[in-house]
Amino acid sequence: VTSPSAAPTGPLEPGTKAPDFALRSTPDQLLSLSECRGRPVILAFYPEDWSPVCSDQLGLYEAVLPEFERLGAQLIAISVDGVWCHLAFARDRNLHFPLLADFEPKGEVSRAYRAYRAQDGTSERALFVIDADGIVRWSYVSPVAVNPGADGILKALENLGTEAAS
Amino acid sequence: VSTTWESRLVVPVAEGRDHIQGSADAPVTLVEYGDYQCPYCGRAYPIVKEVQARMGDRLRFVFRNFPISTSHPYAEQAAEAAEAGAAQGRFWETHDQLFENQKRLRNEDLHRYAEELGLDVERFDQDLAGHVYADRVHEDFLGGVRSGVNGTPTFYINGARYDGPYEADDLVAALEQAAPEGG
Repeated sequence: VTSPSAAPTGPLEPGTKAPDFALRSTPDQLLSLSECRGRPVILAFYPEDWSPVCSDQLGLYEAVLPEFERLGAQLIAISVDGVWCHLAFARDRNLHFPLLADFEPKGEVSRAYRAYRAQDGTSERALFVIDADGIVRWSYVSPVAVNPGADGILKALENLGTEAAS
Repeated sequence: VSTTWESRLVVPVAEGRDHIQGSADAPVTLVEYGDYQCPYCGRAYPIVKEVQARMGDRLRFVFRNFPISTSHPYAEQAAEAAEAGAAQGRFWETHDQLFENQKRLRNEDLHRYAEELGLDVERFDQDLAGHVYADRVHEDFLGGVRSGVNGTPTFYINGARYDGPYEADDLVAALEQAAPEGG
């Protein structure tokens, strides 16, 4: 699969303050980044609920969840799908981490992280590791059709640990 | 902090721990991380057999567990069953049996396969019920995650992740290319 989607700007770089947001995680609950302060956060932007690669990626993350938790991190996934769509998707795929709806204004948070694909109207397949103080420490955009796996996230989380210890 | 990385096998192949077909002297080693319930792994299963037949003693093949239980509810117990077979010295027969019957991986199916293979069924059932090999399977899984396994099957050729197509011709070509000259 070729996707020469020459993005003019990459995702927010390490060292940047992570833009705060408050998005719906369920029809009557909001989740904000600032309420996760104090522990590392993994933000996984993804294009669409139900698409094959997304399902594989998020299914993998569900399986790796205990390892993320062991490293003290909270995993949050974000796409432009609506909250009812997320609910059905999470139930169908047995996902137990928040799926946030970047739905209205559409893609606003994705854009703030420079992780929006205007040509498709979806988020990029983009990963961010944000430290306990709300600073982006690692970011990566994968080609849309490629599942980026979890090794980059784990390495970034471990680097936080060693940097904090030193 | 780099934003790119190369995916390499971070857990080296270990004789004695890994399930291995072929000689340590083979010029190429193919490692597969697989899930017994995954249809793509099921498709890859006869292809790997063909590749092994074509390459003979030039190839060493290693299979490691990567059950994605959220998508495949029977994958974990199947992986543990393969390890229970291994504990009785019959890993590859169990592995083959599971892939050849990957749509039937319930407990009673696993029990029947153990009987058909002539395993000590009482011990096999106890190992499964007690999840004796769950840690081992999880170790494989985590090593795979660390190595950049992003789905199944994921292949490594001499330690480097192979992201190309896995028809037999593609795999043989990639393996031959990785083999040292005159190996």
